[in-house]
Amino acid sequence: MEIMSVELDVFVGNTTIMDEEVYQFWLDGYTVSDAVKVRMEGGVLEECEASAEVLQSDTMDQYRTFQMCERLLHTPAKLANQLLFQIPPHRQAMLIERYYAFDSAFVREVLGKKLSKGTKKDLDDVSLKTGITLKSCRRQFDNFKRVFKVVEELKGPLVENIQTHFLLSDKLARDYAAIVFFANNRFETGKRKLQYLSFQDFAFCAGQLISNWTVGAVDNMVEDMDVDLDKEFLQDLKDLKILITDKDLLDQHKSLVCTALRGKTKVYSEMEANFKNLSRGLINIAAKLTNTKDVRDLFIDLVEKFIEPCRSDRWTAADMKLFLIHYTNSAHILDTFKHQVTWDRYMGVIKSCILKMYHD
Amino acid sequence: MPGKLKAKIVAGRQLPVMDRASDLTDAFVEVKFGNTTFKTDVYPKSLNPQWNSEWFKFEVDDEDLQDEPLQITVLDHDTYSANDAIGKVYIDIDPLLSSEAATVISGWFPIYDTIHGIRGEINVLVKVDLFNDSNRFRQSSCGVKFFCTTSIPRCYRVVTVHGFVEELVVNEDPEYQWIDRIRTPRASNEARQRLISLMSGELQRKIGLKVLEMGGNAVVGYLQCFDLEGESGLVVRAIGTACTLDKLSSLPTAALPACNSPSRDMKESPLAQGPSHGCRSTHSSPIHTAAGSRLSQGFSVSVPTLIFTGMGSGGSVGKEGGPLKTLLRQQTQTALEQREFPFFTLTCFPPGFLVHVGGVVSARSVKLLDRIHNPDEPETRDAWWEEIRQEIKSHAKALGCHAVVGYSESTSICEEVCILSASGTAAILNSRFMQEGCLDSYSEHRLEEPSPPSCGFCHIPYDELNMPFPTHLTYCYNCRRQKVPDVLFTTIDLPVEAAITGKGCLIQARLCRLKKKAQGEANATAISNLLPFMEYELHTQLMNKLKLRGMNALFGLRIQISVGENMLVGLASATGVYLTALPSPGGIQIAGKTPSDIAYEQHISNMQKKINDTIAKNKELYEINPPEIIEEAVGSPIPEPRQRSRLFRSHSESSDEVWELDLSHGKKDAFVLEIDDTDAVEDIHSLLTDAPPPVGFYSCNTEIMPGINNWTSALQMFTSVRVFRLSNVNMTNQGLNKIFNELCENLLKSLYFKLRSMAPCCLCHLNFVVAVPEEDLIQVAVTAVAMTFDKDQNQENWKPSTDKMLMKAISENEEQLQFPLELCTESPSSQPFSPSKGTGLQDGANVHNTSARATSVDYSSFADRCSTWIELIKLKAQTIRRGSIKTTSSQEKASPLPEGRSRSLRSTKSCSGSTVSVVKMTPLPFLPGTKIVKYLGIINMFFIRETTSLREEGGVSGFLHCFIAEVFSMVRAHVAALGGNAVVSYSMKECVFMENPNKNQAQCLINVSGDAVIFVRESELEAPTAPPHTSVAQNAGSGADGTT
Repeated sequence: MEIMSVELDVFVGNTTIMDEEVYQFWLDGYTVSDAVKVRMEGGVLEECEASAEVLQSDTMDQYRTFQMCERLLHTPAKLANQLLFQIPPHRQAMLIERYYAFDSAFVREVLGKKLSKGTKKDLDDVSLKTGITLKSCRRQFDNFKRVFKVVEELKGPLVENIQTHFLLSDKLARDYAAIVFFANNRFETGKRKLQYLSFQDFAFCAGQLISNWTVGAVDNMVEDMDVDLDKEFLQDLKDLKILITDKDLLDQHKSLVCTALRGKTKVYSEMEANFKNLSRGLINIAAKLTNTKDVRDLFIDLVEKFIEPCRSDRWTAADMKLFLIHYTNSAHILDTFKHQVTWDRYMGVIKSCILKMYHD
Repeated sequence: MPGKLKAKIVAGRQLPVMDRASDLTDAFVEVKFGNTTFKTDVYPKSLNPQWNSEWFKFEVDDEDLQDEPLQITVLDHDTYSANDAIGKVYIDIDPLLSSEAATVISGWFPIYDTIHGIRGEINVLVKVDLFNDSNRFRQSSCGVKFFCTTSIPRCYRVVTVHGFVEELVVNEDPEYQWIDRIRTPRASNEARQRLISLMSGELQRKIGLKVLEMGGNAVVGYLQCFDLEGESGLVVRAIGTACTLDKLSSLPTAALPACNSPSRDMKESPLAQGPSHGCRSTHSSPIHTAAGSRLSQGFSVSVPTLIFTGMGSGGSVGKEGGPLKTLLRQQTQTALEQREFPFFTLTCFPPGFLVHVGGVVSARSVKLLDRIHNPDEPETRDAWWEEIRQEIKSHAKALGCHAVVGYSESTSICEEVCILSASGTAAILNSRFMQEGCLDSYSEHRLEEPSPPSCGFCHIPYDELNMPFPTHLTYCYNCRRQKVPDVLFTTIDLPVEAAITGKGCLIQARLCRLKKKAQGEANATAISNLLPFMEYELHTQLMNKLKLRGMNALFGLRIQISVGENMLVGLASATGVYLTALPSPGGIQIAGKTPSDIAYEQHISNMQKKINDTIAKNKELYEINPPEIIEEAVGSPIPEPRQRSRLFRSHSESSDEVWELDLSHGKKDAFVLEIDDTDAVEDIHSLLTDAPPPVGFYSCNTEIMPGINNWTSALQMFTSVRVFRLSNVNMTNQGLNKIFNELCENLLKSLYFKLRSMAPCCLCHLNFVVAVPEEDLIQVAVTAVAMTFDKDQNQENWKPSTDKMLMKAISENEEQLQFPLELCTESPSSQPFSPSKGTGLQDGANVHNTSARATSVDYSSFADRCSTWIELIKLKAQTIRRGSIKTTSSQEKASPLPEGRSRSLRSTKSCSGSTVSVVKMTPLPFLPGTKIVKYLGIINMFFIRETTSLREEGGVSGFLHCFIAEVFSMVRAHVAALGGNAVVSYSMKECVFMENPNKNQAQCLINVSGDAVIFVRESELEAPTAPPHTSVAQNAGSGADGTT
């Protein structure tokens, strides 16, 4: 029979003590007892001559501290100006950075989805699928949503806005920019054919799109400059159709590319045979981007219309690079093709995206 | 009309949403002082209102200034219904009343509500203009400085130590007033907070009056306590040591050792001392008539008290004897004899102050509480304490001592029973500190040839022929001229100059005793019957644990006995140390019952071996390797008499008798544990279960860890509270003891684990407070500071950084420092306790005052008048040198019209960085590696928090965790607003926690205190041209706050 029980147990330091390891357990949604188990196995006990009881008490205490801090972490700027906890600046930065960090497995599940209540309801499936605790999924989802809400209304560069409002590192702020950008444009990323792509692949593409295709690429003082694609530009893209609709242009383009590539690649014949299909694929994607629905399908289209055919022909990444360079540059030599600026703006992004996406 | 208080409400931030519809708040502020209230305009629809109010001016008596807090209430305006209170801030303006403390209070204060806790922050500016008050019959004592620190504050020099001051005020507890039945608990708690704040102010003022009457200008070791007596009322009482302090001057001439002109300071002092009468004389002042002969109402039991030194128990009255001692006594008595209570709340003393230490004296008394009928005449409580103090005094006398140092008082209340306790260390003091203008050369020992400072205090003050208790005397192992006891217990800190061997460690004795539930007199009798046994057992435990660690002295001994409905809990904490002057302690021997079977013998020898091993291990752990000077003396506390007397005969005229006496008291009887006694089995068990701290950790409950001097600057103050529920029907004393012992051990283990990243470090000033809040509940609260030290650094290398060698350090530092000393500038002839600091002239210089504060420069009134332009130049120079935005913003603040630009400043700041300045907290009177350049005033705060949604707030732990964090943050905010960057001598005096989980309710009261200070890093001081970065940056930070 238990003859004594701890009714209350607190430890408060003038400088708030936070153990990074325990913080991670908390962020990962471990229960206190799970965290204690893992810590016991970690050998911290022998190191410090402590007992399981001590570990339990410490873990509980830390969890409580984190819970109390969580409210502040929702608006990280407040953390620096609040009076309740005295936390040294570098620790504050750690707390914020870790709180806003996310699992790549999780983000792949919600990337491009609407950050709505509906999506949030489905998080238990995400949790089951990824093995990430529901608690952690919710935190990550809420973080996405919170950042989205705050920057939605702001003027100025997206990454910078995220950094100033959430005090995140440059890297993490860029990732969030990608998440916000994908959520806003609702890019499809969940299809089976896109499963092989990592979050970092998409984040890279988002970066490309943000810096080249958005309103912000031309004007840097409008609202939503970095989240909305430049409508005018999308409209202009229709002009590129001439490259496939005009038979002469198409043939000229093909022969220029073939001349440039002859002898430089092992998949020359496959390329030559497939050129028109590939070019049609890329240009049809461009021409359809005025439709929101087709914008969403940008990545799936790139994979289906371009990447898959090349892959089945066993192009190497080097082949791909060579082709795209010459494909882009040859269009400049076409004397009847007048849309060089639009072409470069389009192909610059498409080229880097495809190169990033072209892997197993 | 001796004073004008001015307050300005600047802004609020992060206010709670009060209007659900708009998610906003229409906030306004009420500023109240005494009976006058001002209001700001409503700042509509904002959670970050910018009121920028006018200066609200209160014309008040300085008596009120001392008693009343400034009350700021933030409310939400509601057109249709009553305005909702968001929360309150109480600002104690006492620090503004002393010329040497803060000049302005300015900063962000957390808005506090007893139900919701902290709800946003408010930026407030407060100033006081005092007018000269020449009225000698005044009721105020503005200008008397208060220090919680129990040593001479670091940037002061003690001129005279006047002695003991005490006072108490009583009132009805609002919670028990009839009106409490109809008002909300919130209103009741707010009334209590306000009342206690008022009572503290009044108490401080009254103590201040006594100090002035004694001719002093400061109270050091100020200890204020609350007794929540429930139905019978609320008592706020305080004790302290009245002193005349002199601020250390920067002027090279004045920095000369004081011995060159011993009395100059005093002669110039405008308040020449009257005859040094005892403090008690003030007791017949109109405030409070002297207590009559009525000793108690109802019932009272005085508990026979043990006098601790050596191993003995039971005090006896010693006779005066021994010509040398008598002479010494006569010399010092002149200074002390008139005093009713020659008590000192100090625990650390200037070198040479403490001549001899007799041992611990303590007294306890059990009282039955009765309603205090007339709050204006709290004579009963006065009489109770007087009785206790008399007892202490007589104990000290029995030890041949004329004074009690390290003195403290405490109570434990359960229902209507109250245990009053007092303890201290009987001592003989050097009279020169007690007389006018006397702090001078060390050569003033006239009668006795000086004992070496490293061992002098250990020499017995009592007469060898009439020893007050049985003890073994030997010749001092250090100087070999005087007698020393074999063991020494004290309540003070280890004197700086004491010679020790190895390191110290925390030693605790823990004890629980069951008690039958009873009422009234029967209960009081039962408790008082138990007390002597508890004291005796605690003492035995302490002694055994001390021996087990191979040590021979205890410092900082504090024994608490807490009373609950069905049990008494005793906890004695002290820091053990090996005094080089005292003999090596003998081992612990286990004696079995009269011969029995072999297995039993085996058992005993096993235990004996375990104990011997532990002692050996501890000696290694604490590095106790005393120099083996006299072979036969080591390891045996009683040297062979003949040899010793032959060796030392020439030095003493009475050595022969001593040996007779020794022998008459037998040998090591006290340390033989009879195993057949069940208690002894328990004792041995508990002895061996005390685990030493893990590698890299040391702990002590004193201010300074004996044997560690090379502190580095990392610091972590913490409070830990645990409540345990005993859920058992048939608990035995043994079972209870075991639980309590484990509970304390586990708590310590948890602390070590929590702080493991700081190792190697030492937990200093580990202060355990036990309570029995309800039947079957034991509460333990610990406050301490973890400090890192350099393990490798040689002990010789330690700098005077800890200010331990006070006099030496000061003179050295002053030679080193140039700029920083200007920080403490105080012309030597200026009035150190000038009751007023405002004059017409100063009023005009207000702007400069503010700017002066922004760079944390303290100028006395004299300096103010002639050097304001120097300030400006200096400030500008600093701005140029630093060239940072921060400095600019601090200037911004100094300008009287900062509104326009402040907002733009803030908007840039809010993104870039924190406006919160770091405030360090420590229970110690110093911060390693730093120098305290200014004391800004005492912090004494009382908070109540309650909840009716305990589960939602994370249960009892969540509730208390949050509350303690809130208390810390409010302390820090107040310190920062005073311009400080640290609280020293911090303590949590009270933490009363009550819960009712069935109703989902809990309530907690916390009282904390400390000294707000400005410190600068020594590394910055050492470079003579470097400006004090810390304080500049610090104040620039808070300065920026002021503008937002």
